[in-house]
Amino acid sequence: MFDRRFIDSFDWGLLVITIFTIALGLVVLYSAVTAGTSSDELDILFKKQIIWLSGGFLMMGLIVFIPLKTLDKGSLFIYFASVFLLVAVLFLGKHAGGAQRWLAIGPFTVQPSEMMKLSLIIALSSVFSGMINEMGLSFRDLIKPGLILLLPFVLILVQPDLGTSLLLVFIAASMTLFVKVKKEVFFTFFAIGLAVIPLAWNFILKDYQKSRVLTFLDPSSDPLGAGYHIIQSKIAIGSGMLWGKGYLQGTQNALAFLPEHHTDFILSVFAEEWGLSGSAFLLFLYFMLILWGLNISYCCRDMFGSILAFGVTVMIFWQIFINISMVMGLMPVVGVPLPLISYGGSSIITNMIGIGILLNVSIRGSSLP
Amino acid sequence: MKSPDREWLKKRLGGSALIMMVAFSTLMIRFVYLQIIEGDEYRRLSQNNCIRLQSIPASRGMIYDRSGILLVDNRPSFDLKIVLKDARPMDRTLENLSRLTAIPMEEFLDKIESAPKGSVYKPLILKKNITRDQLAVVEARGFDIPGVFVDVEPRRNYIYKNSAAHAIGYLGEINEKEIRSGRYPDVRSGDSIGRYGAEKSYEELLRGKRGGSQVEVDARGRLVRVIDTVDPIPGKDIHLTIHALLQQRAEELMEGKAGALVAMEPFSGEILAMVSTPAFDPNDFIGGISIDKWNLLMANPDNPMSNKAIQGEYPPASTYKMVTAIAALEEGVADRSTTRFCPGHYKYGNRVYRCWKKWGHGKVDVLDALEKSCDVFFYRAGEDLGVDAIAQYARGCGLGKPTMIDLDNERPGLIPTSSWKKRRFGKPWQGGETLSIAIGQGFNLATPLQMAVFTAAIGNGGTIYRPRILKSVRNVLEKEGMEYVAPEISGGLPAGRETLNLIRQGMVNVVESDRGTARGIRINGVPMAGKTGTAQVFSLTKAHRESNLPLPPHLRDHAWFVCYAPADNPVIAVSVIIEHGEHGSTAAAPVAGAVVRAWLEIEGMMPSVSVP
Repeated sequence: MFDRRFIDSFDWGLLVITIFTIALGLVVLYSAVTAGTSSDELDILFKKQIIWLSGGFLMMGLIVFIPLKTLDKGSLFIYFASVFLLVAVLFLGKHAGGAQRWLAIGPFTVQPSEMMKLSLIIALSSVFSGMINEMGLSFRDLIKPGLILLLPFVLILVQPDLGTSLLLVFIAASMTLFVKVKKEVFFTFFAIGLAVIPLAWNFILKDYQKSRVLTFLDPSSDPLGAGYHIIQSKIAIGSGMLWGKGYLQGTQNALAFLPEHHTDFILSVFAEEWGLSGSAFLLFLYFMLILWGLNISYCCRDMFGSILAFGVTVMIFWQIFINISMVMGLMPVVGVPLPLISYGGSSIITNMIGIGILLNVSIRGSSLP
Repeated sequence: MKSPDREWLKKRLGGSALIMMVAFSTLMIRFVYLQIIEGDEYRRLSQNNCIRLQSIPASRGMIYDRSGILLVDNRPSFDLKIVLKDARPMDRTLENLSRLTAIPMEEFLDKIESAPKGSVYKPLILKKNITRDQLAVVEARGFDIPGVFVDVEPRRNYIYKNSAAHAIGYLGEINEKEIRSGRYPDVRSGDSIGRYGAEKSYEELLRGKRGGSQVEVDARGRLVRVIDTVDPIPGKDIHLTIHALLQQRAEELMEGKAGALVAMEPFSGEILAMVSTPAFDPNDFIGGISIDKWNLLMANPDNPMSNKAIQGEYPPASTYKMVTAIAALEEGVADRSTTRFCPGHYKYGNRVYRCWKKWGHGKVDVLDALEKSCDVFFYRAGEDLGVDAIAQYARGCGLGKPTMIDLDNERPGLIPTSSWKKRRFGKPWQGGETLSIAIGQGFNLATPLQMAVFTAAIGNGGTIYRPRILKSVRNVLEKEGMEYVAPEISGGLPAGRETLNLIRQGMVNVVESDRGTARGIRINGVPMAGKTGTAQVFSLTKAHRESNLPLPPHLRDHAWFVCYAPADNPVIAVSVIIEHGEHGSTAAAPVAGAVVRAWLEIEGMMPSVSVP
């Protein structure tokens, strides 16, 4: 049963990068939750994160054993199971911070919208792998992928979770561009994209989302709310200077300043304590991860596997880019966690399953059937 | 399995890698910019965590009366606040502060302990509304008390104290539950919101929006510079329909009595005066009412906290006879020439129902019956109509349901029907009960406001206006931002023109005829229409009736009077109830008459009759 080739062809490099990033994340999380949190809460947060990580490794290990063909064939099933969970969350979900995103399973809560990212990637990979051609995709070709995106997009948008729904669009758009579209298709969508912004502003965005965007455009317009956080986050990052203030020495890293200092704003804590040297190292680590993912896509001898690896990589890329831009005041605060580092079960599990998929493609794409 | 073309894949992936590299470079450049180029500045800002948020309160809208007299404004209150992070060492600071201000240390410690966790950077209120002496000492000795400062917050001031207290209302501090409810998005803990009266109904208009500023402070918590400020948006001013002078006159007249008075404009529903006695002083509620004062209010058997004008439910007694008369005339069980003989009582089944006049009124038609308030005439009408027909007309007249005035907790009163009694008591309706209903006794209940609205509708020719206390709203930020509230019609009396004219004539006779029950309040030159009522609180036994001894005060009858004037084209309708005042004609009518007189004087409509 156990295949010797498994160990020979296993992608140890990717695993090492992943474990390294996760370890770094735990170290920062410790610092982030130490300040201003009682020791009990700290214990619970830390324990929970470790449980999630263990769960993540388990899932990662399991994913590796699923043949790519099975994923390809089962893609629609996975997709609709995720859509079902999204519908369930609308009726049974828990409210948190004005949105309904969470499903409670025992003491843990999961965010089906996180799982949806992977399901969407798998479904799109399956669809695209069958229609790729030299000329690029036409409008007709894009109807099916478009519908696959639209359904979860709407379901997540009404939760409301603008950040995740836009992330789905970014992922789908990146994958579509990757498999190439005809020129006229590209320019049409570009134009539509520009036209949608004012429409969305007036009809889709909720007040709190508008205020976030407005605050981003003019951080001083709301010094009591979101703008305050951006400014505090910038102070934290900037004050790290070249070498940082030292581990556990961050002064901005206090509950009073960064409300989501262990989730979305964890990078501010890291950058304050480790300075530019730490920030650059983290960026390097992430860039390695991304390049590794792209290389896996290149090495794969199967179209589905290639697109899948690219999709997962691009998902990780967008999360990194959006989160870091956000905490540095380059983008509105949209609530996207930093992959493998931010506290939070759904994000950890999703990204680790993603890494598992990359490992899978890496192993099977080149050698195994 | 389809295998991708190597060259094609290389091109696509190469492009992607390039784009991602550009993205990462952007992030890197941003890191360099924040941490190296601006690093020194941010490092400085982060030292001591010297950025503080200061909230700037919005001033709450003023409340005026209809003529522009200021009723409620804001006065500065000096609040003692502390930022725990800056108050180092804390013990010494608090000790010094306690010594300087002569406020016990325990009070500070209590406040600090009950503060939400994790707010060491946010100012915490130690003591609201400190004296000028305390203010001077705190300002002068700032060096001994780091992190302590005085903030000026507006404090509500009810200029005329008890006057119109129930209509104006008061504020109270918002509680945790209300904050979490999400209905008050801009309100923070420690802020006050309207809790009663117009302050509550028009909370949204009156409350402005807080502003704030980010400031840089030094290590002792003293302001170094203001980084940014967002100005607060002041609340809107409102004008009530109340006329302050008329209100005060009415309150003088009601002084020392428990009861309520409502005066309104018959053609708009605007409330000119609303009195409920005894009243409370809204100023006592600012910053939390003291337990002693609250207990005193609660212990008062006359219930000062209740607005009896809209919450007091009383048997309408003879003021209800207009309803029975309308029903009888419209249903055809009586017409203008129908007469009944009143011997002073009416026998129904094996019970005798008395008329208030022991020896009877003799032969009466509907006009006489209203004028002299003959019970026997209405017993007969009630018997012929039945309870459910009367109830239908009563509801049509706006009774038994809230008038939808713009004040909270209005009571609906009660109009009984046979099915209501079955539901409520599980017993069938008794014919004799209908007789009580016909003269406004029995289960019937109405609020003084309902009776005022009904009377106004009779006076204006049959239109029921929704009563209200808001006349206009002014947006302080706009020059000509005065917005007037339009009258709102909520229904029409179920009476034809002929019926209504008869009722009106009957009510005019009550005041203007020589035998009318309220002839004592006549105003020369201004015909008035009215109706007295005496609501039984306690059924007299035969022994009582014959003993002629006065009843103890809490068992005495309630006195009612409703009226409108001038009778042909009224400018005011009044309804008065005096609890345990005994007779409508002697206790309530003079009050109503004086209010009408006061309003005619204010409006310049009093005929200058030279006394011969």
